[in-house]
Parts: sequence; structure tokens; C-alpha cells
Amino acid sequence: MDNPSHIDILPHLFRQEYAKMTAVLCRHFGLQHIEIAEDIASDTFLKASEHWAVNGIPENPTAWLYTVAKNKIKDYFKHISLFETQIKETIKPNEAETEKDFEFSNQHIFDSQLAMIFAVCNPKNPTEAQICLALQILCGFSVEEIANAFVAKQETIKKRLHRARTSLRNDNFQIKNLGDTEIKSRLDTVLKTLYLLFNEGYFSKTNNQQVRKELCSEAVQLTLLLTESPLTNLPKTNALLALMCFQSSRLEARTNGKGEAVLFDEQDRSLWDKSLIQRGNYYLVNATNGNEISKYHLEAGIAYWHATPTDENKWQHILQLYNQLILIEYSPITALNRTFAFAKVYGHERAIPEAEKLNLADSNYYHELVGYLYADTDIYKAIYHYRQAFKLTKSKTEKQTLAKEIERLKNQNSR
Amino acid sequence: MKEFALIFRLKDIAGFQPSPEQMQERMNWLAGIASQNRLVDKGNTLLPFAGSAKTVESDNIVTDGPYTEIKEFISGYIVVKADTINEAVEMAKGNPIFKIGGSIEVREVLKRD
Repeated sequence: MDNPSHIDILPHLFRQEYAKMTAVLCRHFGLQHIEIAEDIASDTFLKASEHWAVNGIPENPTAWLYTVAKNKIKDYFKHISLFETQIKETIKPNEAETEKDFEFSNQHIFDSQLAMIFAVCNPKNPTEAQICLALQILCGFSVEEIANAFVAKQETIKKRLHRARTSLRNDNFQIKNLGDTEIKSRLDTVLKTLYLLFNEGYFSKTNNQQVRKELCSEAVQLTLLLTESPLTNLPKTNALLALMCFQSSRLEARTNGKGEAVLFDEQDRSLWDKSLIQRGNYYLVNATNGNEISKYHLEAGIAYWHATPTDENKWQHILQLYNQLILIEYSPITALNRTFAFAKVYGHERAIPEAEKLNLADSNYYHELVGYLYADTDIYKAIYHYRQAFKLTKSKTEKQTLAKEIERLKNQNSR
Repeated sequence: MKEFALIFRLKDIAGFQPSPEQMQERMNWLAGIASQNRLVDKGNTLLPFAGSAKTVESDNIVTDGPYTEIKEFISGYIVVKADTINEAVEMAKGNPIFKIGGSIEVREVLKRD
């Protein structure tokens, strides 16, 4: 083996190029034949891993991959035409024709990827299946990798994928000519999928930091792609990208060396990635070209204020943004976060009745919030709520944090 | 759950142009209801000014403004959901409108369909 480092670069390169190649091939063959596209792409990468292990990595691995893919396509068509002439004695003329103008130019890859994003994001798919499908087809994740990310069994993931892929094949989506109509009808679903994909990484169930970062970075890459086409470079796309940049800037600071979550107030701000914050600012400014205020605008605004270390009205701004966000779309987590911001502005005492009205007693986050609000004034109530949260949460690190906090309150009380 | 319209009434037209603080209080109140997932429709504001408000009566009598006869005027409405009217009344109680002499009428919505 000339170059042992090929083991390191392969997974990443494979994943990226596999997704691109499948997109191009799929646009060529049509969505009904996505399996042919995936077979050719898989064969190509199989050949690469065998060949490169013996001969080392070629100078331009990507070009190498596309040359092999092209040959595989030729083989495929030869096989088909042989089949057609010998058995059916007819050749479909358009298939022989399309083979010639097949190309892997950058523009073609870009257009195909963009079209593929819209093909994959079908509003009819259930949310979780949608994210799995995006990870598999747009990001080139294996079933095993997706199962790791979701902390789910591979069988479960396969089932989710199966149904989503069936609807993808039968969807009649016009992948060849991605136009205004397709974009208008699906952009919101596309943005929502990318938003969820990012959140899957950011608030992941897995403690594997590497997996989390990869999910976030895949979501960023795909959103970035959308800002590079005039068709999809809209204010809300930029708002979503700004949000992702702000959140990503804190990825390093959010967990300590042991993989435990670090609370916002306790994060080491020198670990915040300043260049990502600047990029976030840039996209947030782009997002203001227009009158529309999407929920991504509001969430990006909140993330912006969080990333701004000092401003005496910071929480005032954050509360206002949460007020608008909850009017656009109710979610328990937004309701809880809004109440937290309310407490920061008006004090814990006034926030307690606001929190108790939320009616979320089956959520551990609710009890964490109420416990936190009581901690300074009523230790018994605080402990009661922290205990409820302890019972409800499934996260080990959260249980540890809560146990520590209960212990601290008890000691305070006995003093 | 039933739906209830909360109809806001003001006595003084000056109350219609709130200060930023009053705006913030109103918004907090509205978002507080939304945070309980009880907001059905954030409603609209109804402009009371000349040119934006007229009253049509019998015999084609049209008067300016909604408040030539009655001193109170409607300034807006929202729709909330609640199990009972008393719950809806409790929600209304937190509105800052009472600080400026306004009132809120709570009415169960009967849907026509």
C-alpha cells in the first residue's frame, strides 16, 4: 500500500462524491430508476476502494471516480442494447443518444444536486423518514451511519427509508427541468428538511460528537448550495443559513471533554468560532432583502443575540423575537424558551405563573425551567421540580447535572 | 375545546396609539396565550379614525367613526380556545388594556358551516 492515508480520506470523499454522482445519474435516468444510478455509483466506489488500496490514491481522485463512472455507464448501455437487440430486437433510440452527451461538468453536478434536493424533499413524507432519505441520498450516508445518528436500529431505518423511497420513485417529480413551479411548491419543505437535519445534529440523541458535527455540516453544505443558485437564493434561505452559522459557532463550546452538555451561561466563549459568527452576520444581512419575516429570520435573530456577548437590552430583544416566533408557530420548546427569556427580563417571580400556565408537566424541560425559577426563593419546590425532571429525562448527562443541582440545593438548605 | 372571541373596547382614542412599553406589554400578553397553545387567531386591529371608520344605519344614514353615539369603540379582537368561558375570562384578565380604561368582551364563537 503506497499511501496508507487513503483510509482516512475515503469515507468523506466517498460520501460527498457518491451523493453528487447519484444526483447526476438519477437526473439522467429519471427518479423511477434511482436504483440503477445508485448501483453504478456503488460499483464505482467499490472499484476505487479496491484499486486505491493497491495502487494508492490517484492524483485527482474525483476525476478518477468520474472516469470510472462514465465507463460503467457505457457498460450499462452496452448491456442494455445487447439485451434489447438480442431479446427484444429493438433499441430505444433516445437511450443510445443520451449516452453521448453525458457529462460530469461542475455546472451539471451543481444543477443535478439542486434538483435532487427538491426531488427528495417531498411534503408527503413523514418528518423522520424525510431526514433519513435526505441523509441517504443527498449526503451519501449508509444505513448504519443513519442508525448511529438516530440511535435507532438499522432495521427501523431501513423501513423508514423503504417507504420514503417508494414515494420518491412514484412521485413524477420533474427532476430534469427544475423550474419556478417546482421550486415555489417545495422550497418550504426543502428548508424545513434542512432545518430538521441540522437540528438532528445540533440536539442529537447521540453523544458521538463526530456524528453531530457531520450532520450539522451536511445541512450547512446543502443550504449553502441553495444560496448559490439565483432560483433559491431567497431571504428565508439566507436566514436559515445564518441560523445554522450562529448555532455551529457554539458546537465546540457546547460539550466538555467528556461529551457532557455545557450550559449556555457556563460556556467558554473563547471557544466560539468567530469566523462562523461573522458568516452568520453576513447571511443575516442578506436575509433582510425583502419584506418577509420567516421563522428562520426570528430564530436567526435570537441566535444572533445569543452570540453577542454584551448588550444591556439583549434579553429584551430575545423576548420580543420569541414573542413573534410563538405567534407564527407553537411548539413546547419555543414556549419554554420564551418563558426563560421572560424571566431574564422581568425576573423569576413574575415568570413563575407564566411558566405554570404552560401545561407541559410531562416534559422534563418544563420541570427544569420551573425548578430553575424557584431555586432562589423556594428550595423545596425547586427540588420537587428537579426530581420530576430527573424521572422524565432519558439523558444520562442530564440526570447527572440534575442530581448535582439537587444536591447543591439540599446542602444550601441544611446550612 | 371551545373558541372564544375577545373583543377589545377603548374609551379614549389616545389609548389607540400605545407607547412602546404598552406595545411590549400587549405583545407579552398575546405571546403568553400563544405559549399555552391557546391562540386560535391573533386577530386584527380595527382602525377608529375618520376615513377608516364609518357607521351605516337605516335609511342610508352614514356617519363618520364608530363612536358618535356610543362613547366606547372596538379597537380589535383575537380568538382563543378554552374549555370554559371562565378560562377565557382568566386569559383576558391579564391584558394591559384595563390600565387605560378599556374593557374586553368575551364571546363564545358559534361556527357557521
